[in-house]
Amino acid sequence: MVDAPAVKLSVEDLKVSYGSETVVHGIDLEVREHEIFGVIGPAGSGKTSFLRALNRMDELDPVMSVTGTVRFNGRDIMGFKNVYAFRRRIGVVFPLPVGLPLTVYENVAFAPRLAGIKSKAQLDEIVERCLRRAALWDEVKDRLQALGSLLSGGQQQRLTIARALSQDPEVLLLDEFSIAVDPVTTMRIEDVLRELKSEVTIILVTNLVQQARRLADRTAFFLGGRVVEVSVTEDFFTGPVKDQRTRDYVEGRFG
Amino acid sequence: MRFQATALNQRNRRIQQAVRTLFGLMTLLLIVPVVIILAVLVYNWAPAISLEFLTAAPVDQGRAGGIFPAILGTVWLVAVALLASVPLGVAAAVYLSEYAPENWFTRLINLAIINLAGVPSIVHALFGVGAFVVFAGMGKSILAAGLTLAIMTLPVVIVATKEALQAVPQAFRVACWNMGATRWQTVSKVVLPNSISGILTGVILVVSRAAGETAPIMFTGAVAFLPFLPQSVMDPTMAMAYHLFYISTAATGVPDEIRYGTALVLITMVLLMNAASIAFRAHLRGKKKW
Repeated sequence: MVDAPAVKLSVEDLKVSYGSETVVHGIDLEVREHEIFGVIGPAGSGKTSFLRALNRMDELDPVMSVTGTVRFNGRDIMGFKNVYAFRRRIGVVFPLPVGLPLTVYENVAFAPRLAGIKSKAQLDEIVERCLRRAALWDEVKDRLQALGSLLSGGQQQRLTIARALSQDPEVLLLDEFSIAVDPVTTMRIEDVLRELKSEVTIILVTNLVQQARRLADRTAFFLGGRVVEVSVTEDFFTGPVKDQRTRDYVEGRFG
Repeated sequence: MRFQATALNQRNRRIQQAVRTLFGLMTLLLIVPVVIILAVLVYNWAPAISLEFLTAAPVDQGRAGGIFPAILGTVWLVAVALLASVPLGVAAAVYLSEYAPENWFTRLINLAIINLAGVPSIVHALFGVGAFVVFAGMGKSILAAGLTLAIMTLPVVIVATKEALQAVPQAFRVACWNMGATRWQTVSKVVLPNSISGILTGVILVVSRAAGETAPIMFTGAVAFLPFLPQSVMDPTMAMAYHLFYISTAATGVPDEIRYGTALVLITMVLLMNAASIAFRAHLRGKKKW
């Protein structure tokens, strides 16, 4: 008998609301270690709110409230006393690249500095390693002291990936990372993600069904704040239909 | 095919030109008073222009001599006012913008600050007398007058700083929080460094008001004539605004050119301090890009 893959994140009856409006109505799912877990679904289906709940961002948003249980390595995330250290174990990449108004170097060194790393040599090493892993090193190695916000859109998005990796995260949350990135850069980032899979568990929220198909091992289809189905991604496209709505969505017949 | 302007195009163009001319004239009108004031002051001071006017003490209740003690006193007062109001105002603005929960109490505080900005300066002056001169036992001193000016200018610093902080995109904060930064780390490393230029706008306004106001200092620290230069912040002082007030109203027989000269020096001091802040702000803005 084969061991079942370890569960990295488990989500039970997760509900998210903003003020009086509930946008996630009870989600249950499990994300396994070292997989790319895709999340697809139309606008307003609760994908982003789901991601925000995973690293307790609701605590910084006065109108957002979350109920239910999220377990990280089997441990309830509400039980982490040091929420800042907890957040560093989960890297996040946003739809639009947010290059902090700092130099390229300082963008990547930001999180390690927060974690208390002061040694220049150590920071240099982290910056170079993360920029290499984000496939950006060759383009910026000569201008590490330039402002990160002056890079092109695609470079900035890779910079934010490098920054997310600088935390040495166990989980990487990607929220429609390719929305502002050209197709070539998108493919480069996708290659990066495939390589990262061996070290990091990745949750990939995407509007591009084909991107989920290219990358995700398993995928959840969100609709109206609920999970319609979670399957091995390929089953969404071929094989027996589990839920007609999923098949309609991935084939573009939704509406 | 050539582009043929329709009647609508032509009408739009006429309106556009009329609006531009009108707004341009308004802008010109705006600078006319400034130019006239400066011209009148320079013209009337001209007979008495001398370096001694800036470096000597007044003689015979300001009827002769210079205004050096008043210049020095104004610098003292502005310095005390800035030292008190900028740290306090920036700290309050950071709290209100970055920490305060959105509730009735925060709204009440914001309302109070806006109202504080509307309090007449003479009321601030009387508050200063009660709080600093009498209750805190500072007497008529630079400290009491500077603090009164600080209270008066506090709302300006708070409002300017709050606006500067809120101009920093929320996405920067969220990115920091996602990296495990605390609110303070986010504020100190990303938000504050990117709102310095807006905060300086508040500082510029503080300098102008602190140097120019007469009412808040006349009961709290400014005197018409002092035979010595202030040795510490516990001494009373002469000040430009009050000196001008005094030689224009109370003292008789002061030559006009001294009055005009005093006014010109006061304006020039304010303009110079503003210019320095504006230059510094421009320097910082040049570095900011997102």
